[in-house]
Amino acid sequence: MLIYQQSRRGRRAAAQAPLQQGDLSGIPETFRRKQRADLPQVSEMQTVRHYTRLSQQNFSIDTQFYPLGSCTMKYNPRGCNTLAMLPNLLARHPEAPADHSQGFMACLYELQEMLKEVTGMQAVSLSPAAGAQGEFAGVAMIRAYHEARGDAARTEILVPDAAHGTNPASAVMCGYTVREIPSGPDGDVDVEALRKVVGPQTAGIMLTNPSTLGVFDRRIEEIASLVHEAGGLLYYDGANLNAILGKVRPGDMGCDVIHVNLHKTFSTPHGGGGPGAGPVGVSKRLQPYLPVPMVAQSEGQYRWLTEGDCPESIGRLSAFAGNAGILLRAYIYACMLGGEGMERVAEYSTLNANYMLKRLMDAGFDAAYPERRATHEFILTLHKQAKQLGVNTMDFAKRLLDYGFHAPTTYFPLLVPECLLIEPTETESREELDGFIEALCSIKQEAEENPELVKGAPYNLPVKRLDDVRAARELDLVWKSDKNT
Amino acid sequence: MSDVLDELRYCSTHEWVSSVDKGVVSIGITDHAQDQLGDLVFVELPEVGQVFEAEGECAVVESVKAASDIYSPVSGEVVEVNEALMDSPELVNDDPYGDGWLFKIRITDETELDNLLDADGYREVADA
Repeated sequence: MLIYQQSRRGRRAAAQAPLQQGDLSGIPETFRRKQRADLPQVSEMQTVRHYTRLSQQNFSIDTQFYPLGSCTMKYNPRGCNTLAMLPNLLARHPEAPADHSQGFMACLYELQEMLKEVTGMQAVSLSPAAGAQGEFAGVAMIRAYHEARGDAARTEILVPDAAHGTNPASAVMCGYTVREIPSGPDGDVDVEALRKVVGPQTAGIMLTNPSTLGVFDRRIEEIASLVHEAGGLLYYDGANLNAILGKVRPGDMGCDVIHVNLHKTFSTPHGGGGPGAGPVGVSKRLQPYLPVPMVAQSEGQYRWLTEGDCPESIGRLSAFAGNAGILLRAYIYACMLGGEGMERVAEYSTLNANYMLKRLMDAGFDAAYPERRATHEFILTLHKQAKQLGVNTMDFAKRLLDYGFHAPTTYFPLLVPECLLIEPTETESREELDGFIEALCSIKQEAEENPELVKGAPYNLPVKRLDDVRAARELDLVWKSDKNT
Repeated sequence: MSDVLDELRYCSTHEWVSSVDKGVVSIGITDHAQDQLGDLVFVELPEVGQVFEAEGECAVVESVKAASDIYSPVSGEVVEVNEALMDSPELVNDDPYGDGWLFKIRITDETELDNLLDADGYREVADA
């Protein structure tokens, strides 16, 4: 029920009522409201109950195991939030002069330095406000590099078929043609296929390692030298950085440009569509093109690097220095972990994934790459169940909700039929992992004994099986009051 | 097991092609493809008069799961598209070899049909 439907004329919540009439003298007459806004008229208690009930109907990392593959839905320590909300950080105006913002700028500067160290890159800009904006900035820098050398022949970006869809989209946004590279049967990039298409038209390759197939590409050095020898650059998509944090550095793999999803790996609640932060790191030859602003430090004083300091910069991606709240949380999280803690992130996220993979394979589930060790995530394929029992991955996913778990990523990557992409992260206990494994095993048994039960799920949620087709074709997103219809 | 009709030819990318009628072939996606995609919500068709090379991207089908490119099995010029799919993309799910056809092409080189799979060849692909 919408809160508007509870509205009764004249009912009000005193706590929310303004204490005094606001001063409207600065607002021109033409922009002033002539009638009262059509707000719901409800009591304070109705309001509290309504929003508390809504929050209880939500699946979230605070309430449930949330193994959404390639999204890194881990626990985000409350301390990061608390410290990022210190009054002097929270109240700082983005236009405040640098000499009034030294504390804030020191945090950003140190975060730049820490990201350089943990990724092995030469320089970092924090300003991209999302992963996809980081990709856009990265590809724009690749373009700027080739153009500065007068090399106009490079028109193609290579993208493996396992990539996130944002990779080809970012390449196209920067004016490139995308060429897809197939994966081999073991999940690694097919290097022979790559060898055939790499050439003087290659601007670069966008690589996610570990890939979305849940495996670490073992031939990364060979791929890097193939692309480099042809004059192309290597872009590293940091979507899966959690698996290698503190263990392997993209800079050491030969990457020229990377982006890091701070909201995934470095502690920001996400999954509701934002906000995000996608800082970019570069090798020496791309440094001049980094987006501004960045923070520089000399003799203990911090200052903004802007267009004047960086004339070859690709420019600004937003008005100010990225999503400040997320950058601060990431800085605090990185300080809390330290280098040793970051290694443990990689160790436990991969241990948890491999533990689950092994137990689920023992229980009769099919892994997409049974011969490979998992990284921080792994893929099951329910191809057999779909074919033999008529119970598909979506049915399993819906039934998991009844068992109190957020479903893993379904039907992605597109290469693997009927797949579940499962990423437990490092912050779950063994008991939680066991509970999820047991739920999947129970559903498998239900599918074998009573497939209709699984196909009708969910049963225990506020809404039952949704009509996806109708939802996609007849969008109904805007509430209209009865008066207006 | 999904339907594979003996009288059609197929691509490994799950399109079917009818036999040639006055230089024109009908093209659609297979029963297996519609089953894998799930319920379609949108079909983006080429325009009449557009010319495609074999294996060129020529249409998009979007289901509740994913958007997928459709590749032209043969080279030629589009002479007709199935306008009914604009309002009723579910025709592809209901009748992939009949009312759910996507478009018709005036084929440039009929020998290209020899490169395509026959029904048994496609059954192996769909069964894999």
